[in-house]
Amino acid sequence: MASDRRIGVLARHLGVEMDFESHTATAISASPTSGFQGNSVFSHVVRAPEDPILGVTVAYNKDPSPVKLNLGVGAYRTDEGKPLVLNVVRKAEQQLVNDRSRVKEYLPITGLADFNKLSAKLIFGADSPAIQENRVTTVQCLSGTGSLRVGAEFLARHYHQRTICIPQPTWGNHPKVFTLAGLSVKTYRYYDPATRGLNFQGLLEDLGSAPSGAIVLLHACAHNPTGVDPTPQQWENIRQLIRSKGLLPFFDSAYQGFASGSLDSDAQPVRMFVADGGELLVAQSYAKNMGLYGERVGALSIVCRNADVAGRVESQLKLVIRPMYSNPPIHGASIVAVILKDRNLYNEWTIELKAMADRIISMRRQLFDALRARGTPGDWSHIIKQIGMFTFTGLNSEQVAFMTKEYHIYMTYDGRISMAGLSSKTVPHLADAIHAAVTRAA
Amino acid sequence: MAFTTAMACRLIGRKSVIGARSMSSWWRNVEPAPKDPILGVTEAFLADPSPDKVNVGVGAYRDDNGKPVVLECVREAERRIAGKLNMEYLPMGGSVKMVEETLKLAYGENSEFIKDKRIAAVQSLSGTGACRLFADFQKRFSPDSQIYIPVPTWANHHNIWRDAQVPQRTYHYYHPESRGLNFAALMDDIKNAPNGSFILLHACAHNPTGVDPSEEEWREISHLFKFQVKNHFAFFDMAYQGFASGDPERDAKSIRIFLEDGHHIGIAQSYAKNMGLYGQRVGCLSVLCENEKQAVAVKSQLQQLARPMYSNPPVHGALIVSTILGDPDLKKLWLKEVKVMADRIISMRASLRENLEKLGSPLSWKHITKQIGMFCYSGMTPEQVDRLTKEYHIYMTRNGRISMAGITTGNVGYLANAIHEVTKSA
Repeated sequence: MASDRRIGVLARHLGVEMDFESHTATAISASPTSGFQGNSVFSHVVRAPEDPILGVTVAYNKDPSPVKLNLGVGAYRTDEGKPLVLNVVRKAEQQLVNDRSRVKEYLPITGLADFNKLSAKLIFGADSPAIQENRVTTVQCLSGTGSLRVGAEFLARHYHQRTICIPQPTWGNHPKVFTLAGLSVKTYRYYDPATRGLNFQGLLEDLGSAPSGAIVLLHACAHNPTGVDPTPQQWENIRQLIRSKGLLPFFDSAYQGFASGSLDSDAQPVRMFVADGGELLVAQSYAKNMGLYGERVGALSIVCRNADVAGRVESQLKLVIRPMYSNPPIHGASIVAVILKDRNLYNEWTIELKAMADRIISMRRQLFDALRARGTPGDWSHIIKQIGMFTFTGLNSEQVAFMTKEYHIYMTYDGRISMAGLSSKTVPHLADAIHAAVTRAA
Repeated sequence: MAFTTAMACRLIGRKSVIGARSMSSWWRNVEPAPKDPILGVTEAFLADPSPDKVNVGVGAYRDDNGKPVVLECVREAERRIAGKLNMEYLPMGGSVKMVEETLKLAYGENSEFIKDKRIAAVQSLSGTGACRLFADFQKRFSPDSQIYIPVPTWANHHNIWRDAQVPQRTYHYYHPESRGLNFAALMDDIKNAPNGSFILLHACAHNPTGVDPSEEEWREISHLFKFQVKNHFAFFDMAYQGFASGDPERDAKSIRIFLEDGHHIGIAQSYAKNMGLYGQRVGCLSVLCENEKQAVAVKSQLQQLARPMYSNPPVHGALIVSTILGDPDLKKLWLKEVKVMADRIISMRASLRENLEKLGSPLSWKHITKQIGMFCYSGMTPEQVDRLTKEYHIYMTRNGRISMAGITTGNVGYLANAIHEVTKSA
């Protein structure tokens, strides 16, 4: 019988005595061939908590209420509350689909070359000396998250200092990205709850006392979650401090174009640091400003002292990427390259981008006016002072929970709301909810 | 407030480099990294101006004209997708629909594991991403375990588990003398591995050798896992389902045997080759658990590992897959197209062997037709490979691995002749 023969073969392998009377191997215990027995090696794994940001959408989706409002994740919505695919993106997509000569081969490890060059130009400026001097290495990565992770892994391997200082507060995923990459995370003061603005003194003190050479995470514009950005003068002070202490700047640029509506204006802090000749890292994302969220398009740029260093750095970035996912996805980057390369499409994009930024600014205004009209206690001017997609309302987690339960408003527990999720129709509902949360008995 | 350009110019205009070190770069000690052995081959090929050049390096399929192929089912799926849907974030675990269809391919259309919801599965960045996510998961939840990797294997396997910081060991696999499987040594190594070792298995069409265990041998390997009561974990890398025999069901046999025997396995699946979606980076990682509750827990933990790596996976490729597999006609078309690709490779194997034998080669080339899938482990030495490249402009990896997909009726004669020339005095 086949199974006996198998057992016999096994017995030989294992050097075990066979009991030929009963046709069983005495030292081998046979489990039934169709049994689902044996414990899993992963039986001890416990269920992880929901991601605090993405989990908001999960909860929102489960809610049957017709007035529910999702102000959680920072994904742009039109005034009708619908996701938006930009016209230029549709055009670019159509071009790609119609081009039968296009294939789906692997990209190089560093991604689409055109995309990389154009992305560097977008953030550093077409006339950037760093680009002219070939001192910049740019690699395509999976949106902002992927760019941060690849950059951090590179730093953990090749940079002499493992400490990264991140602002307090910051995007919830930042600490996890850096920790898993092998960096040690410290925070620096950033947000001042009393003024709902920047704690500039605290920031300077904390960066001033950072370990020598520490990496500093900076939000290029439209700070997430607070919407509080340094002024130009404050940026200059920050730059001087960072350079004099030999700290290494790592910019997260997820909202270029969204803050002011101008791509160039929003890039000024980054360009200021490049202009002084020093080195830095930048993680760029096209998730929001090109609406390419799910396509995972981004780029990591490292500005180095000279071209030779940049070449070596690029080769090491490849070693980080290859064992992570081999090479990046082609579709989104191709769309971006088509748009950035074509003068008309690029101009159209800047117009659509400004329209999105303007709509958000108008939502800020409407919400502020609505709260004033209701006489909601408190100073709500931060709503129109803060910049970008998010407002740090100043609401506490209890108030947030109240708003979710009674008004079906979904937001993160730190009181952050995505203005992009608001429309003229839903502003009144939100204003009512905030008013109720703030005025109800504690 | 908004940063005005005028203000910016004033500030940047200052030439003084306050604090910016005028010393050397932070990266002065960064060594240039060695070129990737596989992808570096294509780079070299592209740079070669010779009209006779042949690329049998990277494992990307080519048609009989040596051209890359976009499957018709993929073109149709893209036509349907373009312009219709939005590009919102997928959940961290990826496209649910795509994952569902993908599990059917690996576990069986009517798998009770799927019905009982016992499989923790997430969309991954192709096969590489699936392996890496699993390696990170293994490190986190079985921190004392090791991974056993066959010799030889796809070079990036070593990089993946190394970067995940999982200690690795190897087990015997390829038998150079017979150009086949070293079955006895393989069994010994698995038997001698410490309890709770993780064993990496290529489900079919082993890369780079093309040498697969027979069905009988798979059954014995599976029995060994079970009878030893060693609690080994079997992790299958299945990058070529459909490519080995032309029949995806048949190519999943090794996995089905392990499932029948009750093992709780893990699987990395890729659509890079069998759907030609290479650059889209579409794949799936699955882990079979004891029950639904555990599967939910494991999936949530896999998501926790994906979030700080890339947040959520790319949507486009996943949409193509779910569009095709979710439509019976498109799925039929896909299966037909996969068979065409596999059949062409099988016929190139026969042709190459025939040509070599006709040239009167003193060596045995039986292994060319015995081996399976995209690759053939020719048995040539690195020096012979270097000669092929220098003298004949034939590009392949130095381990003697030939990508059969790069062979055409147009170049098989040239290739056979070149191989014969560099090996005839061996």
